[in-house]
Amino acid sequence: MNFLQMIIPLNITKTISDWISSIMPETAASYTIMVVIAVAYLALFAVAGLYLVLLERKVAAWFQLRIGPNRVGPWGLLQTMADALKLVSKELTSTIKIDKFLYNLAPYFVIVSALMAMAVFPFSKQFQAFDINIGVFFLIAISSIGVIGILLAGWSSNNKYALIGAMRSGLQTISYELSVGLSILTMVLLTGTLQLSEIVEAQRTGGWLILQGHIPSIIAFMIFMVAGTAETNRAPFDLVEAESELGAGFHTEYSGMKFAYFFLAEFINMFIISSIAVVLFFGGWLSPFGITENIAWFPEVIWFLIKVLGLIFLMMWFRWTFPRLRVDQLLTLEWKYLLPLNLMNLMLMAIIIWLNWTI
Amino acid sequence: MTDQQVQNKIKTEEYFINMGPQHPAAHGVLRLILTIDGEIIKNVEPDLGYIHRSIEKMCERDSYQQIVHLTDRMDYLSSHINNEAVCLTVEKGLEIEVSDRVKVIRTIIAELTRIASHCLWWGVMGMDLGALTTYFYAFRDREMINDIFEETCGARLTMNYNIPGGLMFDIHPNFVKRTKDFITHFKTKIPEYNLLLTDNVIFHKRTKGVGIITKEDAISFGVSGPVARGSGFSSDVRKHHPYSAYDRVDFKEILFTEGDTFARYQVRMMELWESVSIIEQLIDNIPEGETKTATKAVIKLPKGEFYQRVETARGELGVYINSTGNKNPYRVKFRSPGFSNLSILNHISKDVMIADLVATMASFDFVIPDIDR
Repeated sequence: MNFLQMIIPLNITKTISDWISSIMPETAASYTIMVVIAVAYLALFAVAGLYLVLLERKVAAWFQLRIGPNRVGPWGLLQTMADALKLVSKELTSTIKIDKFLYNLAPYFVIVSALMAMAVFPFSKQFQAFDINIGVFFLIAISSIGVIGILLAGWSSNNKYALIGAMRSGLQTISYELSVGLSILTMVLLTGTLQLSEIVEAQRTGGWLILQGHIPSIIAFMIFMVAGTAETNRAPFDLVEAESELGAGFHTEYSGMKFAYFFLAEFINMFIISSIAVVLFFGGWLSPFGITENIAWFPEVIWFLIKVLGLIFLMMWFRWTFPRLRVDQLLTLEWKYLLPLNLMNLMLMAIIIWLNWTI
Repeated sequence: MTDQQVQNKIKTEEYFINMGPQHPAAHGVLRLILTIDGEIIKNVEPDLGYIHRSIEKMCERDSYQQIVHLTDRMDYLSSHINNEAVCLTVEKGLEIEVSDRVKVIRTIIAELTRIASHCLWWGVMGMDLGALTTYFYAFRDREMINDIFEETCGARLTMNYNIPGGLMFDIHPNFVKRTKDFITHFKTKIPEYNLLLTDNVIFHKRTKGVGIITKEDAISFGVSGPVARGSGFSSDVRKHHPYSAYDRVDFKEILFTEGDTFARYQVRMMELWESVSIIEQLIDNIPEGETKTATKAVIKLPKGEFYQRVETARGELGVYINSTGNKNPYRVKFRSPGFSNLSILNHISKDVMIADLVATMASFDFVIPDIDR
C-alpha cells in the first residue's frame, strides 16, 4: 500500500510533472512546469502570509490578556481570509497630488521582492524550487529590493508623515543590511558554500551550525535576529510606521489591496528572516538529533516549519513586549555596537576555522 | 567649492507639520503645529479650541447643583475630584461643615479615581512609546475600580456622586469589601507593571534625560501635579492645603529632582503606592454619620469671591466663584492643571526629535477637554 508515500509533496509534484511532460513537447512542458510552480508558490505564500497575520493576532492576544479573533470560523481560522476578501473588494482611494506612476508601482516592489526570495527556500531535500549555488547571496540581494518600494511609497504619497517614515526606512535598512550580511558571512565561513541545500547538508554530520561554530555562531545568531527584526521593520524597530509618531508611516495614504500588499509583505519578510536563520543556524529541514532520519516517509518539511514558527514566535514576542527605539538610538546600536562586534566575530570565526577548532 | 557654497547649493528648509487634531499621540483633539528640520523639532505651537464647550460660561447660566455635573466633562479621568472641588467651594461659601463620613468617603473615592487615572496614563504612556501590551494590563485593573464606582453611584466615568453639602447617597454595602479586594489585588500588580515597562532598558533610553524641566522653569510656568513634582517642586495641594480627610492620613509627597520624563514617570508610579496606602488607612474606619448636610433647595451663595483648590490626578485644580448673591454665579473660572502644564511644552521641546516630543507629552498626561474646557 502506497498510502503513506502519498503525503510526501514530492510524489504529487512528480506525478504532475510527469503528466505535463507526457502531453507536451519538451520546451513547452518546462515552461508550463515553471508557471505551475510559480502559481503554487504564490498561492502557498498568500495563505502563509494570511495565517501569519492570524498567528500574530492570536499571539498578541495571549500577551495582552485577550482572546483574539474567535468569531469567523473555528478558533478564528477564517478571520484573516475574511479580512483579505474585504480588502480586495474595497475601493482604492488616493489623494489628488500623488505621483500616480510611482504610487501604484511601490506596493509591487515590496510584495514581489518578498515573494521572489521564496524561490530558493529549501523547505526539504526535495522541496526546493530553485537550488542555485549562490542561494544566500540571492536572498540578501532580493530582500534589499523591498526598501525601494517603501521609499517610493513615502515619496510618491506627497504626505509629510509618509516621507518621514520612508526616510527612516531607508537609513534603517541600509544600516542593518550590513549586520545581516556580516552575520550570514560568518556562517558561510563555516560551511564554505553559498548553496542553501549544501549548507543544510553540512549540518547532517557535525550538528547544527549554531553548535559547530562555538560562541561566534551564537553571537552571529543573536546579531542576525536583532538585525533581521530591524530589516523587517518590526517592533522594537518599527520606526517606519511608528503609529504614535507618524500615524501609519509610509503607507498612510494607501488603502484596500495596495495597503494589504505592504501588510502581507511584512509577514512574508518575517518568514524569510526566520527561514534564513533556520537554514544557517538550526539545520534547516534536519530533525533534531536525527530522530526521524531513518523514517523514510516522514515529511522533513515539518521540521523546517516547526523551527521557523519558533523563531517567528520569538519575533512576535519582541514586538509585544518592547517599547520602540528612537531613530538616533537605532543607528547608534547598529554602527557603534553591532557592526564592530560583528567584524570581530567574523575574525574570531576565521581564526577558529583556520585552527580547525570546529566540532 | 567653499563650505558656504556647498551649503547654499544643498540648502535645507524647515517645514511645518500638523500633529493633530487627529493624531494617535495627541490623546484627543490637541493640534500641535510643529516646525521641523529633518526630524529635529524647532518649534511647537499648541493650537487649542477643538473641544471648547464654554463650560465656564455655561456655569453662569446654571444653579450651583448643576455646575457640579459640568465639571465631569473637564478632566473626565478625575471626574470625582473635579466635582469635589466645586462642592468644597460652594460649601465654603455657605459656611457649612460636612460630616466626617462624607469627608472620608470623598477621600477614598478621590484616591481610587487617582489610581484609575494613573493606570490609564501608564497604559497610554507605554503605547506612545511603542509597547502596546501595557494598555491592556492597565485596563484590567482600572476596570475593577470602575466596577466599584458603578455599584456605588451608578456611573463608571462621569460620576456626579458629590453634591454641595455631601454625597448624593450613601455608599453601597459592598463598597468596603470590594475596595479591599481591589487593594489586595492591585498591590500584586504594581510590581508587574515595573517588570513590564519600568525596568526595560529601551524604556530607560527613551525617557531618561528627555524633556527636562528645571525647578525654576516649573515654578515660573505654573506647572503643577506630578509634572512639577518630577522637577522637585513641592506642590501637592493635599499636603500643603489639606482638604476633606487628607489632614488625618499619613502619606508622602513624592519628589524627584531630575525633571525628565523618567522622573515624572516614577512620580506617578510611586503615587500609586501612596494612594493605596491612603485608602488602606481610611477604608477600615469610615465613621458613621450623615451623608448629607441639609441645604436649601435653591442655593444662593452670599455676595463675594470664593476659591478652593484640590489636587487632581494631573495637578492643581482651582475653582473660583464670583457671586452676587443670586442663585447663579456671576463668574466661574477653573484653573485647570492641563492648561498650565501645556504652556511649558514649547520651552522644553526645542531641538529634540519627534519621538522625544511624543514621550514628553505622554509623561505630561494631557486630557484635552481639561485644557480646552
